[in-house]
Amino acid sequence: MTCDLWRDKLDAYVDSACSREDLAGLEAHFRACPSCAADALSRLQLKRMTQAAAVRYTPSPEFRQRIQNAVVERTIRTERRPSWAFLWIPRLAVLAIVIVLLVGGLALWSRHASRQQAVAELVDLHVATLASANPVDVVSTDRHTVKPWFQGKLPFTFNLPELQNSPFKLLGGKVTYFDHSPGAQLLYQIRSHQLSVFILQDRPGMMPAAMGINTAREMAFNVETWSDGGLRYVVIGDASPADVHELSELMRETK
Amino acid sequence: MPLFARLYNFAQWLAQDRTAAEDLVQETYMKALRGFASFKQGTNFRAWMYKILRNTFLTSQAGLKASGVVSLDGEDDVALEPAAAETPETVLMARMEQETIQHALEELPVHFREIILLCDVEEMTYQEIGETLAIPMGTVMSRLSRARKAMRQLLATKVQGTSR
Repeated sequence: MTCDLWRDKLDAYVDSACSREDLAGLEAHFRACPSCAADALSRLQLKRMTQAAAVRYTPSPEFRQRIQNAVVERTIRTERRPSWAFLWIPRLAVLAIVIVLLVGGLALWSRHASRQQAVAELVDLHVATLASANPVDVVSTDRHTVKPWFQGKLPFTFNLPELQNSPFKLLGGKVTYFDHSPGAQLLYQIRSHQLSVFILQDRPGMMPAAMGINTAREMAFNVETWSDGGLRYVVIGDASPADVHELSELMRETK
Repeated sequence: MPLFARLYNFAQWLAQDRTAAEDLVQETYMKALRGFASFKQGTNFRAWMYKILRNTFLTSQAGLKASGVVSLDGEDDVALEPAAAETPETVLMARMEQETIQHALEELPVHFREIILLCDVEEMTYQEIGETLAIPMGTVMSRLSRARKAMRQLLATKVQGTSR
């Protein structure tokens, strides 16, 4: 083997990475070739000098401390990392709240929409009554005539207010149907305005806020509604809200 | 902390800047802690740590700049070149000072510098170097040979310069 081929193996020789066969061959060659032996020696010396010269940079104690602190902090943080459940509980809680709010919102919206629909239907009945050539079936200004007329026609009874000393005048009444159930529709007049008072059997979901008095505007009509004794009262008219409220008060005062 | 001082030395040789070396070492430890689960038990921990440090350096601004200097294409095909036989290195070595070697190392391209450091300073086996640099064994040997040749040439130039 020529020197060039042995020299190819010199790096592996100085790095102690030779195979056993190559090592034996190289050592035999060195004995016969002073040039290759000197080359190997110089490489070995360079390796050792590089080793000594390159261990040059030393980390400062402050930097060592900083890294130690960072490592410790990181380790503690990892150990304290909450479990899957702890990570997800707040998220699930937020999700649950969002769902509750959504469902609640939908329910509220649904109830509101339902109420709006009910009021709109009653406004339609009121408008249809006013547009009719015979708006009422019992024509009388006397409550003692109108009330008995409903006997046997409705599954409930009600009282009508005494209108003396009030600006309202009873025009009459008729049986109406709302949500597939019969009810009373009474027609009153105040000045040039006509108002309908619907008396219906109250049912859950028929109109929300069953116990409260609710006022609303529907297509420019003023509406006031309340529940009492299982009956739903709805006053509708194009009169002012104050007039609608006054008639409602009269109705409520009548027991 | 395992390997701290040696990693720092290697980092500063790569980055050639104290602050950059500190950042490299800090990032290396943080990455190692984060990715410890990915470390395969039974494999070489030292090579794994140096690999993290080196990859961190190579993706840093200084690393990108340094590694772009010399092309490594086709280095496997390069025949191992012997040292110039006529160089009286045995004589030169005696005259060299540590500083000369340090300057020569600094001037080497980063891919030569790192392989000499891993082999001569860290005393890694060729296999460990291969794992650290993510290159096959044959490439380790050829690159190391080229790196040492370049180092010897640099040293010869410096010694000749000082002797004139």
